[in-house]
Amino acid sequence: MREMIKMILVLTILSTVSGGLLAYVKVGTKDRIDNQVLQLVKGPAIRSILAGASNDPVADRFTLPDGENEIEFFVGKFDGQPKTVVFETFGKGYGGDVGLMVAVDVTQNQIYGVEVTTHSETAGLGARAKEDPAFAAQFKGQPLTKPIQVSGDGGSINALSGATITSRAVCDAATEATQVYDRLKPQIEDKLKSLP
Amino acid sequence: MAKSLAHEFFKGFWEEVPPFRLVLGLCPVLGVTTKIQFGIGMGLATTFVLVCSNILISMLRNLIPSKVRIACFIIIVATFVTVVELMMQAFTYGLFKQLGVFIPLIVVNCIVLGRAEAFASKNNVIMSTADGLGIGMGYTLALAALGSVRELLGAGTLTVWGDPILNLSSIFPGFQPFKFMIQAPGAFVGLGLLLCVMNMVGKK
Repeated sequence: MREMIKMILVLTILSTVSGGLLAYVKVGTKDRIDNQVLQLVKGPAIRSILAGASNDPVADRFTLPDGENEIEFFVGKFDGQPKTVVFETFGKGYGGDVGLMVAVDVTQNQIYGVEVTTHSETAGLGARAKEDPAFAAQFKGQPLTKPIQVSGDGGSINALSGATITSRAVCDAATEATQVYDRLKPQIEDKLKSLP
Repeated sequence: MAKSLAHEFFKGFWEEVPPFRLVLGLCPVLGVTTKIQFGIGMGLATTFVLVCSNILISMLRNLIPSKVRIACFIIIVATFVTVVELMMQAFTYGLFKQLGVFIPLIVVNCIVLGRAEAFASKNNVIMSTADGLGIGMGYTLALAALGSVRELLGAGTLTVWGDPILNLSSIFPGFQPFKFMIQAPGAFVGLGLLLCVMNMVGKK
C-alpha cells in the first residue's frame, strides 16, 4: 500500500512540475515564436502578394475580433491609399489545415491575390498549391459575392491535377475569407480610415 | 566498479559512439543527415535533452519507485524535448522547419531512454552529466560526419549556416553531384561505409 501511494505521489508530482515548466516556457517563448512565424512564413507571403505596395504591410496591421477568434489584418497601401487588407484563413487539406493568405481589394470588392502559407500536403502533388504560381494566380480578381470553387464543383478555379482535395481546401479557405470580410467589413473600413 | 570521469565522458566519442558502435538512434541518423548542418542541429538538440534528462534522473534516482521508473523517465524526457522544440521555434525557426518531425521524435530516441535506464538511474549526478555530454557530443559528431559525407558526395558542397565552406566542383572541375547519396538509400549505404571504416580502424 505504501509503495502504491509512493508511485502515485511521484508520478503526480513529476507531471505537475513538468506541466508547470512547459506552461512557463510556452508563455515565455510565445511572442518570439509569433514574431518568427510573422517574419519567416507570413511576412514573405504577404510581401509577395502585395508586391509594389508603398508601405510595409507587416508593420501596418491591426486585429479584430471575429466571434471567438481574433483575426490579424495587414494593410497594403498603393500610392499612399489603403487599397487591400490581407489576412489568413484555413481550409481542410489532405494532410491537415492549409493556411492561405488572402488579400482583399477593398476598393473593387474582389480578391487581389492569395498565397499558401503553412500546409502539410504531399510533396509533388498538393504541395504544388504553394509552389505553382499559376494556381494561386487564378484567384486574382475573383468576386467576393459568391463562393470560390474548383471547376468540377461549378466554380472557375482549375484544380491541380492529382490534388483535388488540396485545391478544394484552398478554395474553401478563400471562400472563408470572403465571408470573414463580409462579416467584418464595417469594422475594417473604420480601421482603415483611422490609419495614419 | 567505478570508472573515471574522463572515461565516462570520452567513451561517447569512440568506444560507445551511439549510431556506429551501439547502432542506436538510427531514425534521425538516416532521416536528417542530408546536410551537415541538419546533422549538427539534430545532434545538439539531442545532446541538450540527454544532458538535462540525465542530470534530473540521476538526482531523482533514489526517489523514483522502480516499478514506475520508465513512466517517470518518459515524463522527464518528453518535458525537455518540448522545451527544445519551443526554443528552436523561437530562436532557429528555419532549422526547426527543416528538421520537422524529428525534433518531437527525440522523445522516443532509444539513446536518451537508454542512457537514463542504463546509466543515469545508477550513477551520481556528475558522472551522469559527463555520460550525457559525451554520448550527446559523440552523437552530434557522428551525425555531422555522415551528413558531411552525404552532402559532399550528393550535392558537391559543404554548407554551414549559409556559408559554403567547401565546393568540390571548384577543386575537381567536372565533378557531378552523386544524387543517390542524398536520397534515403544513400543514407544506409553511407552509414554502412562509415561503420565499415570504423571497424577497420578499430580492429586490433
